[in-house]
Amino acid sequence: MENNTVSAASSSARSKKPAGLPRFFRLLFQQRALVVMSVPFLIWLFIFKYLPLWGWTIAFQKYKPALGFWDQEWAGFEHFRFLFADERFLRVLRNTLAMSGINLVLGFVTAIVLALLLNEVRKVMFKRIVQTISYLPHFISWVVAAGIIQSTLSPDGIINELLEKSNFIQEGILFLGIPEYFWGIFGAGTVWKDVGWNTIVYLAAMTMIDPAQYEAAEMDGAGRFKRMWHITLPGIKPVIVVLLIMNIGYLMESGFEPQYLLGNGMNIDYSENLDIFVLKYGIAQGNFSLSIAAGMFKTVVSFILLFIANNISKRLGEARLY
Amino acid sequence: MAELAVKTKKPKQRRPTSLGDRIFDYANYTFLTLLMVVTLYPFLNTLAVSLNDANDSIRGGIYVWPREWTLDNYKYVLAEATIFHATMISILRTVIGTIATVFCSAMVAYTISRQDYVLRKFVTVAFILTMYINGGLIPNFLLIRDLGLIDSFWVYIWPGLIGVFNLIIIRSFIEGLPESILESARIDGAGEYRNFFSIVLPLCTPVLATVALFTGVYQWNQWFDVFLYNSSNIDLSTLQYELQKILQNSNASMSAKSAGDAFASAGNQDANAVTPFSIRATMTIAASLPIIMVYPFLQKYFVKGMTVGGVKG
Repeated sequence: MENNTVSAASSSARSKKPAGLPRFFRLLFQQRALVVMSVPFLIWLFIFKYLPLWGWTIAFQKYKPALGFWDQEWAGFEHFRFLFADERFLRVLRNTLAMSGINLVLGFVTAIVLALLLNEVRKVMFKRIVQTISYLPHFISWVVAAGIIQSTLSPDGIINELLEKSNFIQEGILFLGIPEYFWGIFGAGTVWKDVGWNTIVYLAAMTMIDPAQYEAAEMDGAGRFKRMWHITLPGIKPVIVVLLIMNIGYLMESGFEPQYLLGNGMNIDYSENLDIFVLKYGIAQGNFSLSIAAGMFKTVVSFILLFIANNISKRLGEARLY
Repeated sequence: MAELAVKTKKPKQRRPTSLGDRIFDYANYTFLTLLMVVTLYPFLNTLAVSLNDANDSIRGGIYVWPREWTLDNYKYVLAEATIFHATMISILRTVIGTIATVFCSAMVAYTISRQDYVLRKFVTVAFILTMYINGGLIPNFLLIRDLGLIDSFWVYIWPGLIGVFNLIIIRSFIEGLPESILESARIDGAGEYRNFFSIVLPLCTPVLATVALFTGVYQWNQWFDVFLYNSSNIDLSTLQYELQKILQNSNASMSAKSAGDAFASAGNQDANAVTPFSIRATMTIAASLPIIMVYPFLQKYFVKGMTVGGVKG
């Protein structure tokens, strides 16, 4: 990867300047101020972002921390085979996909609906207050958010109190103790935290729509819903597509913090996802090889998904990422 | 963006609205008001508990207004040496991390905004690729270990020094600046460094404010790197991590009111003056208040930043 980009960059520099390498170095010297301002960070980038990729080799070894690289025993695809035969890993994979799927669908739908509703608000002050408040949960940490969700859902929390007062239930439910509820809680919590934040991009796109379109539609007798459906939604379609592509690339990333912080012994069968699996195997049990194999699988699949999504959207003639 | 919305809405003096229109408006305003309540209630409730007498809170029935006002919970939490120290570390990492990130990101962004820079493409591609490829948890952990950054304050600063997203929004901003200003400065014989420090940096204030907010929030909220790298060193713990430990303990017992037993028992005889339940509420407020007080004032900036970066990034 690194090598490819090096040669690509320098060859493009060369093709632009016919005098070739000497000229490249002369320019480099002329622009030494810019070089001083960027190359140290390239070194930083290499160390912190590219060097860890070397660690992927461990996924193919029977890694023993005490040994050097050349003394490790190679295992081939053994760890990957083990993973796909492991019931726990498959369950973790199911949870990951389910939760990121919930995230994707719920996240998109709620944010678009909220943006549409906000766009219909004519009182500027009211709109601004709603927006400011809706951004709030995005800025607090997941630790705080998880604490809030926990106490809201606890047997003596507000949800149970409301349910009891309206006689739906007799005694408090331990929501976080019921495994099947976890995905729902996770989805609701994520929406609560990020729905306001996610509207920003859509609302910005909506301000770009020509007001004349709305006026024309109004003349033709189109009501509120018709205008939303035929003007506002198509107007933000390119933004929706780009964001969708980006998010499909993250389908293997269902998040880590909410599951880790809200997960417990009772709901583990539904809350444990790939990232937690990697953490538990790697850090807690010290099985680096297996854990890296799982993490590597995740990155590779994400990359393929991104590639596919981008190609589909290219075919459909929509905006794309690269 | 809000300004734009005003402009597009104002001239449209609508004709008398139909009944359906009005019903929609009422339903819409009601729904959005409800949304605000759902968003705010948990915070107001936590705030009320933190300001209410601890033993009284156990009786329940505190909603958004304290029954017996007191600042004892805050006094207790602040007097706790561990918490105080952790708060200091949180502040320190937020300040240092934010300054470092803003400065370094701006510098790299400036170089890749310069169309004539020979390494422009290479630097840009090298950074953007890291958005899609990363080693993952364990390889990163091994790297940090091999670099000797475990058990050190600098593990909070180094790994996240430059974010690609920040880089992109700063670069877009610089590219949007009028070329004539940069041009005239260069003709005047200003060197590259002076150009950057005295012309580009001041002009970039809005976007740098956005990046500072994002980074500050990230640094302040981060607990995972503390857990991963420094959990054995209490001197490097942060406020969020201390709160996380309390939550983790209460998670086992599942009831908010019996939360943080470990913390209380690690405390002292005063523990019966404040309860774990109240400590938890107080720490939650302490951990989120600084952000809540800052972000509304930067709204104009970060909305703009998200608009640029959200689609391009």
